[in-house]
Amino acid sequence: MANRFIFGVTSSIAEATARLFAVDGDNLFLVARDQVKLHIIADDLRVRGAGKVFTAVVDARAFDTHRQLFEDAFTALESIDTILIAHGTLPDQKSCEASFEELRKEFETNGLAVMSLLTHAANQLVQQGSGTLCVISSVAGDRGRQSNYVYGAAKGAVSVFLQGLRNRLSSCGVHVMTVKPGFVDTPMTRDFDKNMLWTTPEKIASGIYNALQKKKDIVYLPWFWALIMWIIRLIPEPIFKRLRL
Amino acid sequence: MNWRCQPLPIPAGSEVSWLPFGNGRSYGDVCLNREGLLLDTKPLDRFISFDPKRGILRCESGVLLDDILAVTVPHGWFPPVVPGTRFVTMGGAIANDIHGKNHHSAGTFGCHLRRFELARSDGRRLRCSRSENQELFNATIGGLGLTGLIVWAEISLKRINNQVMDVEVIRFANLGDFFEISEYSDLEYEYTVAWLDSMARGKKFGRGHFVRGNHSACCTKPIAAPKRRLSIPVELPFSLVNRTTARIFNSLYYKKQGRVRSTALVHYESFFFPLDSILHWNRIYGSQGFLQYQCLLPPDSRGKDALEELLTKGAQQGLVSFLGVLKVFGNKLSPGLLSFPRPGITLALDICIDGDNTFRLLDDFDSIVQTVGGAVYPCKDARMSGTAFRNYYPQFAELERMRDPKINSSFWRRISGGENGQ
Repeated sequence: MANRFIFGVTSSIAEATARLFAVDGDNLFLVARDQVKLHIIADDLRVRGAGKVFTAVVDARAFDTHRQLFEDAFTALESIDTILIAHGTLPDQKSCEASFEELRKEFETNGLAVMSLLTHAANQLVQQGSGTLCVISSVAGDRGRQSNYVYGAAKGAVSVFLQGLRNRLSSCGVHVMTVKPGFVDTPMTRDFDKNMLWTTPEKIASGIYNALQKKKDIVYLPWFWALIMWIIRLIPEPIFKRLRL
Repeated sequence: MNWRCQPLPIPAGSEVSWLPFGNGRSYGDVCLNREGLLLDTKPLDRFISFDPKRGILRCESGVLLDDILAVTVPHGWFPPVVPGTRFVTMGGAIANDIHGKNHHSAGTFGCHLRRFELARSDGRRLRCSRSENQELFNATIGGLGLTGLIVWAEISLKRINNQVMDVEVIRFANLGDFFEISEYSDLEYEYTVAWLDSMARGKKFGRGHFVRGNHSACCTKPIAAPKRRLSIPVELPFSLVNRTTARIFNSLYYKKQGRVRSTALVHYESFFFPLDSILHWNRIYGSQGFLQYQCLLPPDSRGKDALEELLTKGAQQGLVSFLGVLKVFGNKLSPGLLSFPRPGITLALDICIDGDNTFRLLDDFDSIVQTVGGAVYPCKDARMSGTAFRNYYPQFAELERMRDPKINSSFWRRISGGENGQ
């Protein structure tokens, strides 16, 4: 039985992961911005076997509320084993190209908000001297592509931020895990055509669950994305810039 | 639809028809809507509440029976009625008013339903129970998804001591023996069903195994759930089931049990859901697929004669069937308007499709069933005529009256069509 904090629990991957925690009887602190959906999930997790379940309604971009959120979470759970940060949006690349305001909103949600949460979470975990920070980044952050470089840039920033944080916290007993899922069939990607590369939130969730047990640093889910992204990173820029990706 | 707090995603001006679709375990076209759209209910897979003291569970309609078992069995509660697979949704169980091996003692799934919420395309959300919107409550049970989307439902569960089933299998030589064993077994056993060698002729006609069981009363040593061993990875270009293989299988299966009686303690999964241990088992029938035919015959001598006639006709005309299942339904009536189970004898056959012959033969079966006032199970049907359906279910006009105007199915269009059902 562990104490888990989940930010963005209404996202499909986070919800599926939370169900695995619930079956173990873990105590949960769940955060989302939509109160009704948050309570729907909290009730479900209680029935599935979760121990104590706490909820908080917080918007990712309400930066000034983040510090208090972690104080509340540590008060409620007393100690925290895992902090999972899973919220995100899929920006409309074209609108972001046309409007900086749009780009800034998306970057704040997918990039800055994660860094804000991590800053407060990391400091608390350092005080505690243990725990895992688990963040859902994306394979999109490994190389910028014309089709979604705003999302990619935010996720890339998060991935690099996590590298640094991992480096900083490794001596403090705090573990940092970067999760890089490939294509996942969720409401966020409803309008995409799906092929063999796509997977389900449940498969990603069990990948996260297993990686947490093994204390992995960076985990590509499913595993073959490590290979795909390795090849994509190897393509020389003069060639890459001409590709339609 | 991802959240129960959202409105039905059916646009106001939409001309096309919709149909709620769960996990697609119905055999025929009751869960299909060729000329319209399907409304995926699987994302509605959340539990709402579970009272482990009283055994009352409320969950969204896309929750699978498999998930319900995982949640309730450790607390000593079991779904009141289960079909032959764990992979059906709550909504599907209600819409088809499923029955199980305990029909003679428990009735159908609908008998244990306390209440549910129905979302209609006009935007209304209706609470339905025996005392609230009772007409819609009755119409939705066995209503084939046509009355609206079941958003969530609340059921009463059954107390169990452990996961173990106390099972006895008795070999019988003919239908007379089956009825005799069934009569006295139904008094003492909660679950009864028989496997029938539907291809046997002559002296072997009507032979099979009678299976009866109870949830084990005493706390025995824990028995592990069967491991999922086999999966049929791809759909085969041809059917593995043909006259020869089916005859050999049936014969071997009959002889599998050396003794007349054998008893065993087994995990509930192997007792209730034997086919679930082979994933995608339907693929052995090849791309042509197969049909199921489940009919109900009256409990009197007319019904018994009709059963004999069906089996004789099948055997004569070369019906190829792997699996024949025979059971006597009990007297407990379901609130469901179009519920299939009624007091009587039910026969279910998996049937290999052998061109038009098979369809002609099943039409003949329908004539026999209609003559004795029986019925065919819509959930397992893909071919009955509109006339036959309307004879089986004279209440269909009531359901049509309460059908949501924007919801329809391939099945419903077929059976409410002309004389030939087209």
